[in-house]
Amino acid sequence: MQRLPRLAPSQAGVPVLPACLALIRRDLLASLRQRQDLFNPLLFFLMVVSLFPLGVSPERSFLQEAGGGILWVAALLATLLSLDHLFRHDFEEGVLEQMLLQPQPLYLLVLAKVFAHWLVTGLPLLLMAPLLGLMLQLDGNSIGVLCLTLLVGTPVLSFVGAIGAALTLGLRSAGILLSLLIIPLYIPVLIFGTGAVMAARDGMPVTPHLALLGAMLVLALTCAPFATAAALRISVSNG
Amino acid sequence: MWQWFHKLGSPKWFYGIAGRLMPWFLVSGLALMATGIVWGLGFAPADYLQGNSYRIIFIHVPTAFLAQAAYVMMAVAALVTLVWRMKLADVFVRAVAPVGAVITFLALFTGAVWGKPTWGTWWIWDARLTSMLILLFLYFGVIALGNAIADEKSSARAVAVLVLVGVVNIPIIKYSVEWWNTLHQPATLKLTEKPSMPPEMWVPLVLSILGLYLLFGWLACYRMKTEILFRERRSRWVQALVQSDV
Repeated sequence: MQRLPRLAPSQAGVPVLPACLALIRRDLLASLRQRQDLFNPLLFFLMVVSLFPLGVSPERSFLQEAGGGILWVAALLATLLSLDHLFRHDFEEGVLEQMLLQPQPLYLLVLAKVFAHWLVTGLPLLLMAPLLGLMLQLDGNSIGVLCLTLLVGTPVLSFVGAIGAALTLGLRSAGILLSLLIIPLYIPVLIFGTGAVMAARDGMPVTPHLALLGAMLVLALTCAPFATAAALRISVSNG
Repeated sequence: MWQWFHKLGSPKWFYGIAGRLMPWFLVSGLALMATGIVWGLGFAPADYLQGNSYRIIFIHVPTAFLAQAAYVMMAVAALVTLVWRMKLADVFVRAVAPVGAVITFLALFTGAVWGKPTWGTWWIWDARLTSMLILLFLYFGVIALGNAIADEKSSARAVAVLVLVGVVNIPIIKYSVEWWNTLHQPATLKLTEKPSMPPEMWVPLVLSILGLYLLFGWLACYRMKTEILFRERRSRWVQALVQSDV
């Protein structure tokens, strides 16, 4: 593997913000150099979505009815796939241990790392969604609402998923276990994400759904990094 | 008080006390459960709206209560594991998770049986049913993660983190019937209000709920004792115990 820029310098007293920015920059560079990690979830997203018109029905009415749900389920599964190597490379190379030893609070470092993960997986999914929405015959308004729900919802997926990724770190059958642990926690996001798209299609107000998604984002943002940090400590002390 | 708390940390002490408590749990649980069920199924008046089909309430409501309560108890134990590193708390989580999964399944199953005559369908994607299904998945996740990590200490703490994360689902279940307008009827019993049912209906219900909780206590003690024996199998007191049995 190519050399990566160093993690934040480890002397005590480095301000928190530069440390977090360095971590984000490092993770983005790492994924730009490992292009596969970047494109695989997107390809997966595209393929899962294309299964539905082929497998269920290419009828316009069905696609309009189910399009929001299909896109959301596919985005959820793509995120799930990408989670496995959120901490794995770092864990195997010992970078994670260095991260735990940093003077900066682990909470903020986890926050930075998950944010970088979202930039690399969630954001591309969000950008690709309108195109797939058109392919699924969604109307303009629905596509707009869909993008809005993905904008608020995919960070929640990243944050909640990070807990599972940290818990299953270093286990042999981590991938399938990760899905088992995390899918139940994803269900509420899915319900309100698709609920908003449905409401938009039926001409109903979408703000209640979006408000609940926003509440989930705030909850995930404030609580999930704590759980992730605790889980990382457990996994590293185990390995 | 603190001495008692410290004693709880000793598996040997708990093994003894659980053995002495279990017969009480079993006898009182069976007695209450039997009274509640026989009274409820045989003698309570029929419902003016649902006729006799409502009688499954005497099985459905206790299981639904316990399914959530068991998870909350596990969450408390998980917190104890993380904060005080108490071994017994983890033993409790491990022992109770499969029981909780079975009880949740029973609640879903009896609910389906009740749904058929009243709603005309076995299953519907209603908010409370879906959130109970998530609860079942959460129990499965806890069991799976516990089995996946070999090291006892880190497995205990990892499971504890997972249990605590999953606890967000409990208020969702609780308020699902109030937040969403769905088929499921609102809570049958509330601590703060007078029941809307006549006493001939709610007294047997309360009896069977209490009975099921006591039986759960018996089962939890039984499974915890087994788990303790397994974990302490190399310790002297367990070996002495096993040899004195033979």
